[in-house]
Amino acid sequence: MLLTLLLAPLLTGFVRTIKARLLRRRGPTPLQPYRDLLKLLRKDVVLADSASWLFRVAPYLIFAAIWVAASLVPTFASGLPFSWTADLIAIVALLGTARFFLALAGLDVGTSFGGIGASREMMIASLAEPAMLMMVFTLSLLAGTTELSAVARFMLNADVGLRVSLALALLALVMVAIAENARIPVDNPATHLELTMVHEAMVLEYSGRHLALIELAASLKLLLYLSLTACIFAPWGMATAGAGFVDYLVGVVAYLAKLAAGGLLLALFETSIAKMRVFQVGEFLGAALMLGLLGTLLLFVSRSL
Amino acid sequence: MPLSLSLGLAMALLAVGLHAIAASRRASCTRQVYGVSLAVCIILLGMALAHLLGGRTPITLTLPIGLPWLGAHFRLDALSAFFLIVVNLGGAVASLFALGYGQHEQAPERVLPFYPAFLAGMNLVLLADDAFTFLFVWEFMSLSSWVLVMAHHREPANARAGYLYLVMACFGTLALLLAFGLLAGPNGGYDFAAIRAAQVTPGAAALVLALALAGAGSKAGLVPLHVWLPLAHPAAPSHVSALMSGVMTKVAVYGFIRIAFDLLGEPAWWWGGLVLALGGITAVLGVLYALMQHDLKRLLAYHTVENIGIIFIGLGLALAFQTNHMYANAALALTAALFHILNHSLFKSLLFLGTGAVLTATGERDMERLGGLIHPMPWTALAFLIGAAAISALPPLNGFVSEWLTFQAILASPELPQWLLKFLVPAVGALLALSAALAATCFVKAFGITFLGRPRSPAAAGRENRSLFAGRVVCSSRALPASRHSARLGGGQPVAGGEHAQWQHPTDGAEQSTLVDAGAGGGCQSSYNGLLVLLFMAFSGIVAALLIHRFASAVAVPGLGLRLSRSQPRDPVHRRQLCPTDRRVFGSVVFQARERVFMPPPGDSRAARLEVELRDPVWERGYAPIVAAVVALSSRFNAFQYLTIRRYLSLVFGALVLLLLGMVLWR
Repeated sequence: MLLTLLLAPLLTGFVRTIKARLLRRRGPTPLQPYRDLLKLLRKDVVLADSASWLFRVAPYLIFAAIWVAASLVPTFASGLPFSWTADLIAIVALLGTARFFLALAGLDVGTSFGGIGASREMMIASLAEPAMLMMVFTLSLLAGTTELSAVARFMLNADVGLRVSLALALLALVMVAIAENARIPVDNPATHLELTMVHEAMVLEYSGRHLALIELAASLKLLLYLSLTACIFAPWGMATAGAGFVDYLVGVVAYLAKLAAGGLLLALFETSIAKMRVFQVGEFLGAALMLGLLGTLLLFVSRSL
Repeated sequence: MPLSLSLGLAMALLAVGLHAIAASRRASCTRQVYGVSLAVCIILLGMALAHLLGGRTPITLTLPIGLPWLGAHFRLDALSAFFLIVVNLGGAVASLFALGYGQHEQAPERVLPFYPAFLAGMNLVLLADDAFTFLFVWEFMSLSSWVLVMAHHREPANARAGYLYLVMACFGTLALLLAFGLLAGPNGGYDFAAIRAAQVTPGAAALVLALALAGAGSKAGLVPLHVWLPLAHPAAPSHVSALMSGVMTKVAVYGFIRIAFDLLGEPAWWWGGLVLALGGITAVLGVLYALMQHDLKRLLAYHTVENIGIIFIGLGLALAFQTNHMYANAALALTAALFHILNHSLFKSLLFLGTGAVLTATGERDMERLGGLIHPMPWTALAFLIGAAAISALPPLNGFVSEWLTFQAILASPELPQWLLKFLVPAVGALLALSAALAATCFVKAFGITFLGRPRSPAAAGRENRSLFAGRVVCSSRALPASRHSARLGGGQPVAGGEHAQWQHPTDGAEQSTLVDAGAGGGCQSSYNGLLVLLFMAFSGIVAALLIHRFASAVAVPGLGLRLSRSQPRDPVHRRQLCPTDRRVFGSVVFQARERVFMPPPGDSRAARLEVELRDPVWERGYAPIVAAVVALSSRFNAFQYLTIRRYLSLVFGALVLLLLGMVLWR
């Protein structure tokens, strides 16, 4: 749990630094998000008159939901102690809880930006969440379970081989991850222009420690998606239960390498593509949903696909 | 004994209703009626729980009332006991709420006598064991709820709603009558025991299933027979809406389960597919309709349609598994459906009661005219928030557990050998996931527009009514502990921790799959524990709050926020502005949504207008042609009203000749 919490800002900073370098800027150091968070923690909170108790409580709820979800994803070892508490479906739904409260917080103060951001976010979610669930179905039909540690062990040990449905699931997961983490081409995390805001619009009113919690939660979400992709589709190096200290060390190093590779790929992808219109996001995510559905259908129809 | 006790209590409810006819003008009558209803519901609830937890042997009783050669059969078995729990929990909570809410009723004599009758009817349907008694109390339940819908009959919308409800209820009862007639066969064995023993031909069984779907489905709200629901449920007073939406629809589902699983015997392979497909379409259409509404109660009514769809998905899967003798998976699917029935009755009642509180405080049902209600009504807002979060299937609340169980049932279905089902089940799974995500969108919008933001009209400054608390508090507290129902699959563990989950599959003679030994067949090894998730979230949140408050700045500075000008009381985010992307993405396909903007010419100081036109596909393609045909036919036949006496006599003579001819030919 603590590992994910500490690594999340580092990952965000790393992606920002790589993006800056690709754009021929020097960019901030990868440790800059830590400094930003500490700075935000020390600032006063400025509340609007029309903000209610929901506005103040929501950052804690959002952070708690995403932290719990991120802790349930195996990072360097596959035998998490509480992995039987919640499975893949519950992880997807916990992210839904966080998004529900974030959208409500955006609507709370009553300004237009919050409303627009909330409505766009829920529209994206209404397509991204089913696509994610279809991907979960594909994986569970292969692995015979929805528990994430067991899925990771299955992909590590069993003779899975190359399958069409797995490729479709990977593609669907990547598309959903881009949409859910508010990355280009769906949303731009760097600007605060109304045209490009979804996530940033909802948190426009937040300041001080609340904003710090929400930024940390967003970084945790990115870490969650990268860890999920790594643990399912690139599980090599992960330590299984009952391994020795060396295996754990190898697992940690492998995990850090996977995160770095993922961050690099994300930065490359973001700098090479432009953001799309909000109304085209529906088609983008609809394609992800269809890919996930196709993967599930193939596994329903035949076990060898 | 429990059965006669429940019958006696139902009679007591009817007696209270009769008393209220005479005494409804007195101020204390409201308290008496609702108090007695509350007490009776609690007693019935306790009795049903005791029956379910204790021995689950069915109890039967035959009374010599009703048809002379048939009598009235009553039976209490595990399925009835479970549904009695659902009905009486909803009834108790609604009665508790109505103790305070009923004081605001302008026409108590139109509501008070019929409310206990409605409760009695619903309870009796669950206990009926022969076709005549079943249909009699089913109609009684429909009629008493119709009277309650027409309680505020001066409003024209309510009159139309009542008329449509009556037509659809008659259609439903006709379908059920035909279904029972087919089941009873030419010998006329109408009691359920005889029907269970008799063998029905496959063609007749298919027809019975279709009729049961039409009859029970129209009362539950399956598309395309749902059209009366969004008109009738909002028209009734709020506690009655809660009962109709949360509980009466479940009684209809009970009717379907009783016919399809109990009375019909071995299902054919395509029945599951049909129910599954209908359920999936209902779920998605229901939530899409709900997204386009701006009346709170209509939104909730369309949402009931969506959840009925989810329940029928579970029932369809159970039928499909039962055909293929996969009893463990069938029990899983049925558990998912039953648990969703319980959950939905809880959170739908909670939401309707919350809407009732809002209506009492502000007099408005239209979300566009509300806003910022979280400040004057914090407790109502909290209860509504819990209900909205539960209905959007968010962990760690109870709505998520039944969705999880349904997903697990879907994941267990690649074993099904029929090809149609192999294609249908993943498609329905995608529809289910889509409807769950859209439900969250819908409730963010509903809660956000109604309670958050700033007030959009003077009416939204209403004050909270403390006496309406108790019912909603009970409902919301029920939603939370249900997260304790941890669900484990596989390896010899019970599937869901709740007592209602150990319902034995009725046709399972020798298998006795009480789900404990169900896991050996190598299904999914998955589990979910809602209570632990809740604990983890609480722990993380509290740790974060404590740490941050130690390191962070001391005090939040209020009032230095956004300098919103006081002369701008209107909240710029209106409902229509809130989901334009949803309307474009989904609405243009399903509802042929068209937007038109009227811009005044330059120099004209009138405001621009945005018009959105939505068309209801089910009404336009299904019902409007039927209505047009009926009207055309009746205009033709209207000429028969004005014939001379000679023409009438010749008509009678002609009919007599035809009948005699027919009799001769038949012999």
